[in-house]
Amino acid sequence: MLHRFAKFLVACTVLLILAGSLVTSHDAGLSVPDWPTSYGWNMFTFPPSMWVANILYEHGHRLIASTVGFLTIIMAVWLWMSEPRRWLRWFGVATLGSVVAQGLLGGLTVLFFLPAAISTAHAGLAEIFFCMTVAIAIFTSPGWIAGSGTPADPRVRRLATAVTVLIYAQILVGATMRHTGAGLAIPDFPWMFGHVIPDHWSSAIAIHFTHRIGALLVTLAIVTLFAQVWSRQGDRNELTRPATLLVALVAVQVTLGALTVLSRRDPWINSVHVVCGAMVLTTSLVLTLRSWRGSFAVDVQMEPQSAQRNDERLVGARA
Amino acid sequence: MRLRNTWVGLLGIALATTLACGGSQETSNTAAKPESPSAAGAGQKVDAATAGVVKGVVAFEGVAPTNVPIKMNADPVCMKANTTPQSQETYMVSADGKTLGNVFVYVKDGLSANYVFDVPTESAKIDQKDCRYHPHVFGMRVNQPLEIVNSDPTLHNIHAMPKGNAEFNNGQPMQNMKMSHTFDKQEVMVPFKCDVHGWMNAYVGVMSHPYFAVTKDDGKFDLPNLPPGTYTIEAWHEKLGVQTASVTIGAKESKDITFTFKPVATATN
Repeated sequence: MLHRFAKFLVACTVLLILAGSLVTSHDAGLSVPDWPTSYGWNMFTFPPSMWVANILYEHGHRLIASTVGFLTIIMAVWLWMSEPRRWLRWFGVATLGSVVAQGLLGGLTVLFFLPAAISTAHAGLAEIFFCMTVAIAIFTSPGWIAGSGTPADPRVRRLATAVTVLIYAQILVGATMRHTGAGLAIPDFPWMFGHVIPDHWSSAIAIHFTHRIGALLVTLAIVTLFAQVWSRQGDRNELTRPATLLVALVAVQVTLGALTVLSRRDPWINSVHVVCGAMVLTTSLVLTLRSWRGSFAVDVQMEPQSAQRNDERLVGARA
Repeated sequence: MRLRNTWVGLLGIALATTLACGGSQETSNTAAKPESPSAAGAGQKVDAATAGVVKGVVAFEGVAPTNVPIKMNADPVCMKANTTPQSQETYMVSADGKTLGNVFVYVKDGLSANYVFDVPTESAKIDQKDCRYHPHVFGMRVNQPLEIVNSDPTLHNIHAMPKGNAEFNNGQPMQNMKMSHTFDKQEVMVPFKCDVHGWMNAYVGVMSHPYFAVTKDDGKFDLPNLPPGTYTIEAWHEKLGVQTASVTIGAKESKDITFTFKPVATATN
């Protein structure tokens, strides 16, 4: 049940990231100028008749964020009350702390008129929070609990970890690009001002260029990881599945990135690009965590009944 | 008894504070303590007997780019107020296409720092009406009050994005709400935008002197009561950039200048 709730929280967080990216894509971040109130109303009593134009995106983002915050409180309390692994209980608390900090960053960026540093930090912490919710879903899954004895492949483990870090760095560059208005600093694709390398430079062009080079590096790294997983651990579905999904997602992501430029930053294409980027990150995270599974201590002291239920589920799944 | 008096006193202070801070839809947003509007301080006044005038026209050469169409369907109030197709106000040219409006023309350089000018007591005004800013381009003086009005039965936020003055972003959710703001530094131009309705934008030139004008679509401007001297006159357009001209006027002299803007290859709305 806790695992299902964790997956539900993950799904809600995907929706929240989409809502947040729609705010930026529609340049709606300051359409509700006050915070935590909305035009002087309590956020939850702000009349729906007033959710017009860009307010719909900003106010909708705030409401979804509040819902995710509330669900995270439930998750943290639930973990604290029922989870036998001490570190996971504290991980739940840390996740709650990150969503609280995320809310504060969201408010601060409104009150300070969207400074690039705060907005980028807001985007960066959003990905961290998303990763934490996915990690909780993984840690509470029957597969994770049952897989304590799986031998680890150090090369896959190191590579998966490096790829996850690289993807996160690429997302931070992307967030910097979005929040410094550099999304169309290089207006053509696949060329750059008609050349392979831009023939002139500015800080915006440099940020945009870094994001494109980052996309190339991430793609190469993911393809390498995919090859390594299939060649070295091809019999482990829990690794090959996310590795395959990762390749598919990065292909979609690169396409969306190109379309974002070619469509002159269509808000929906741009926003789906952000969401897909988050999914690339968390898919890589899932692969990374599973590749490290063997190194985690066997610290689950489950109640007999729930252990039995998990065993039955696993047997069923294998059958 | 003493405790009760304390509570009554606190309650009175709280009530007075509440009344002082609220109860009105009219708000004031002052970036800095303004000078008394009429007290410009000791200094030299312009001698009207010797003052001249610089006037002229802002011409346009070539074909004006088409203004970007606006879709207002995100807000029913805006749709209702604008039943015909709408577009941005970027290029306001005359019917014959030869002159350009919404150009801010001002004395950029050459005015002696010794001159002092009274700050107008009446407010400059910008109105959010029919989901547009009225006017789209205008000028005002440093420390002159700016009255910001929402005449629409829908929400607007007025977001000023100056470089030198203080940025502000205020919501006006109700019709006929007003607020007042003063800018404490000269700045050409301060952009305004409504973050609710992305197409709404306006520009104000905040000047320390009265020598500025905004052209209508006939392109004409007039800078009267200018003391004799040599000046740099600048014409600013939101997309076509700036042009400058140098002009020397003698006592009671009138000089004509013409600025000519052309569409540039990279100019887009």
